[in-house]
Amino acid sequence: MHSDKLQQLQTQAKVIRRHIISMLGASGSGHPGGSLSAADIVTALYFEVMKINPNEPKWSERDRFVLSKGHAAPVLYAALAEKGYFDVAWLMTLRKLGSKLQGHPDMQKLPGVEMSTGSLGQGLSVANGMALAGKIDHKDYQVYVLLGDGEIQEGQVWEATMAAAHYKLDNVTAFLDHNGLQIDGCTKEVMSPEPVAEKWRAFGWQVLEIDGHDLAQIVQAVDQAKQTSGKPTMIVAKTVKGQGVSYMQGQVGWHGKAPDAEQVEQALRELA
Amino acid sequence: MSQKIATREAYGQTLLALGQENPNVVVLDADLSKSTKTYDFSQRYPERFFNMGVAEANMVATAAGLATAGKIPFCSTFAVFATGRAYDQVRNSVAYPHLNVKIAATHAGVTVGEDGGSHQSIEDIAIMRALPGFTIFVPADARETEAAIRAAAAIVGPVYIRLGRSGVPVIHDQNFKFTPGKAIQLQTGDDVTIIATGIMVAAALEAAGVLSKAGIKARVLDMHTIKPLDVVAIVAAARETGAVVTAEEHSIIGGLGSAVAEVLGEHQPVPLQRVGVPDLFGESGKPAELLEHFGLTANAITSAVQAVVARKQ
Ligand SMILES: Cc1ncc(C[n+]2csc(CCOP(=O)(O)OP(=O)(O)O)c2C)c(N)n1
Ligand SMILES: [Mg+2]
Repeated sequence: MHSDKLQQLQTQAKVIRRHIISMLGASGSGHPGGSLSAADIVTALYFEVMKINPNEPKWSERDRFVLSKGHAAPVLYAALAEKGYFDVAWLMTLRKLGSKLQGHPDMQKLPGVEMSTGSLGQGLSVANGMALAGKIDHKDYQVYVLLGDGEIQEGQVWEATMAAAHYKLDNVTAFLDHNGLQIDGCTKEVMSPEPVAEKWRAFGWQVLEIDGHDLAQIVQAVDQAKQTSGKPTMIVAKTVKGQGVSYMQGQVGWHGKAPDAEQVEQALRELA
Repeated sequence: MSQKIATREAYGQTLLALGQENPNVVVLDADLSKSTKTYDFSQRYPERFFNMGVAEANMVATAAGLATAGKIPFCSTFAVFATGRAYDQVRNSVAYPHLNVKIAATHAGVTVGEDGGSHQSIEDIAIMRALPGFTIFVPADARETEAAIRAAAAIVGPVYIRLGRSGVPVIHDQNFKFTPGKAIQLQTGDDVTIIATGIMVAAALEAAGVLSKAGIKARVLDMHTIKPLDVVAIVAAARETGAVVTAEEHSIIGGLGSAVAEVLGEHQPVPLQRVGVPDLFGESGKPAELLEHFGLTANAITSAVQAVVARKQ
C-alpha cells in the first residue's frame, strides 16, 4: 500500500478509537476492550476495502459487514458515523433511552447495520446466508464478518464453518479478533479454542495469519481472500485487547467496563 | 371427510407451486427433507434449496442472512427442534430484527406417534407466541395449509407455521376464505363456542354434531391464526354464547387455551374449559392412541362442553 494511504488509514483508526473512548465515557457502560482490538480491522474494511454507499445503505450491490461479536458495537458505530451513514453527534447517545445506538447493533434502528447481533455465535451463519443469496443472484458482493476468539467456543460457529466450506462460499471472508481474552479470563484458560488456524484449515478454509493492528497486512490479506475461489477465507488477526490505550491493553478487566472522566482524558491524550 | 392428508404433505406441494411463482422463495432443511416434505422442492429447484445438515441453529441464522438480501426463506425441521434447538437463533436473528423468515415446522404435537416424547412438541406455540412480531399459523387441513403457506410468503416478516405428521381430514371446501388473523366460523350456535386450532378443528366439528343431537348448539371457530389473535371473534363468541371450550394438540399451558383465557379474562369473563395436552410430555404410541390417551378427541370436547355449559348462570 502507498505510504500516504497507509498513514491516512492509521489516522482514521485513531479517530475511530477516540470515538470509542468518548462514546463509552458518555454512556457510562459498554465494551472498550474488544472494540479497540477490532478498530484496525474495521477501519481497513470501511475506509479501504468495502464497496459501499453511505447515501444508499441498502444498495443491492454493496459489500456487507456482519459484526458477529456485537458487544463491540462502538467500533462499528464510530466507523458508520465517520463514513457518513448518520451524524457523528449521534455517537454520544450510545445506550441511552430512545437511542438508535443500542447496546448491541440493531439493524432496524440504525442505517448501515447489516445485522442485529449481540447473542454470540450467530454472525457467520448470517454472513453465509447473505453470501448464498449473492451466489443465487450472480452478484459479486463480498461478505465480511468479525468473530471474537471467545465467541468461537459457540458450537454454531463450527456448524457455519462447515457450511461455508460445503457451499464453497468464496465470497465470505471472516476475521478472528484473536486477542486471547474473554470475560472470565484468557481464552486458553477458560476454554481453549486453540489451535485456531489448524481448525479452520481442517474445515476446508483458506487461513491467513496476520497482525491485526497492521493496516497494510489487513488490506493485503483481504486482497488475497478476494482472489481465492472455491473456498471461504479466515483471517486470523493477532490483536491486543484494548489496543491503543495503555491502561486497557491486555487487561481482561476492560472487557465490559466504561472509563471514568479522568480515564477518558488520559486515553484521549494517548490517542491524540 | 373421507380423504386424509397430512398438513406437511400440503406444505410440500405448495412449496413447489411457490417455487414456480416466486423466484425469491428459497428452502432450507436440516436433514429431514423427506419427512418435512421439502424434498420435492429440493429436486425441482436445487439451486434454491440448501440442506444444512443436522445443524438447526445454523440453518435458522443462515435463513436470516438470506432474508436480509431479499430472499423469502422457508426453514423446515421438526417443531421440537425449530423452536427448541434453534430458539435463540429464532429469537435474536429472526424475531428481533423482524426478518422475512418462514419457519415451517412439521411433526408438531403428539401425532408424531411412535418416536415418543423427545420428538413431540407440545410447547412450541407457547414459545413462539411470546416473540414480538411473529405471525403464527396452525392450519387444520390440507387446504388451509396451502392458504397459510401462501399467506406466509406474502407477509413481510417472520412467520411460524405449525404442521403435523399424520393424515387429517379435509374439512374446508375449495372456496373457503383464509384471512390471516380472522377466525373462520364453521358452525353457528348460541349455547357455547368451541374454539379449535390445527387437527382439533375436525374433532370440534364432530363434537358439535354430537352435541346438537343432545340439544346443545355449539358455535365452532377455526382459529388458524394464533397470532395476531382474533380478539373480536373471541369476545363476540363469549358474549353471544356465554361459554367457551378451547381445543388444541398442544399443552394447555401457553397455547390457544391460554391465549383465549387471557382475552376472556380481560374482556368478557365466561366459563372456559381447555382441551389440550395436560402438563405432561408425550410418549410413544400410535397417533390415534395418543390422541385418546391425552384426551384430544371429539369425546373429550363433548364432555368439556357439557361441563362448561353447566357452569353458565
Ligand atoms: C450467546 C452469548 N453468551 C454470552 C454472552 C455474553 N458475552 C458478551 S462478550 C463475551 C465474551 C466474548 O469474548 P470474545 O469473543 O473473545 O470477545 P472480545 O475479546 O473480542 O471482546 C460474553 C461471554 C453473549 N453476548 N452471547
Ligand atoms: Mg477475545
